[in-house]
Amino acid sequence: MLSKQEKELIIEIWTRLTPLADRIGAEALLRMFTSYPGTKTYFSHLDITPRSAHLLSHGQKIFLALAEGSKDIANLMTNLAPLQTYHAYQLRIQPNNFKLFSHCMIVTLACFMGDRFTPSSHAAMDKYLSAFSAVPGEKFR
Amino acid sequence: MVEWTDSERAIITSIFSNLDYEEIGRKSLCRCLIVYPWTQRYFGGFGNLYNAETILCNPLIAAHGTKILHGLDRALKNMDDIKNTYAELSPLHSDKLHVDPDNFRLLADCLTVVIAAKMGPAFTVDTQVAWQKFLSVVVSALGRQYH
Repeated sequence: MLSKQEKELIIEIWTRLTPLADRIGAEALLRMFTSYPGTKTYFSHLDITPRSAHLLSHGQKIFLALAEGSKDIANLMTNLAPLQTYHAYQLRIQPNNFKLFSHCMIVTLACFMGDRFTPSSHAAMDKYLSAFSAVPGEKFR
Repeated sequence: MVEWTDSERAIITSIFSNLDYEEIGRKSLCRCLIVYPWTQRYFGGFGNLYNAETILCNPLIAAHGTKILHGLDRALKNMDDIKNTYAELSPLHSDKLHVDPDNFRLLADCLTVVIAAKMGPAFTVDTQVAWQKFLSVVVSALGRQYH
């Protein structure tokens, strides 16, 4: 699904932005909560106000999981199996929400990267995030 | 009728007033064709769409991108009646061009990403909310007359 060049593009983006993992992850989450308020319903146990410690910590967690997953895309299902079980059986997140998050992550990357977020980078990242998003929803049925 | 706050009107007006219609129109349509290649099915008569490079250099696509932005401009000038603004464009897209209306949403997303890349941090969370609300009203109006 992803060419060698696309995989390299994706890894390069995540690696370069890792020092900003918490800021980027938090911003993507905040954009999602504000654009799609229904997504907040899964976070009633956290303080998700802008710049909160919970938001930064959770944002960082998600970013690092995305970055880690990109290193071995062929085995996403195997490598993310614990996350998959957690999201399906405990969190029970409606699968469409992962698409909403992916869109907000892409908007955040565009804001941070400007012109360097080329159409090819965008296409590669969109494909990767679709593949990654399919993982948590896989176990429902 | 869609209700717009003063803040939303100001945000949307401000985005358009700083927009280069040719640059953003071209970039958005190209990005849509590259990221969502199935959308190329509607552009059979537009010359070479072989890969990202040829799409980005294609003058017919560039011209059409500009046309799309001018089409959006009509919604900006009629924010209180976007539904009727596209009373003719909607059946054109459905009955003549046979465009799957879900693709309007994808083009809208690409436009959002291009504008976000251009504005950087100035494309704040609240800006995104207002902008996406505007585009969703446009997308809904364009899809309204499908039957």
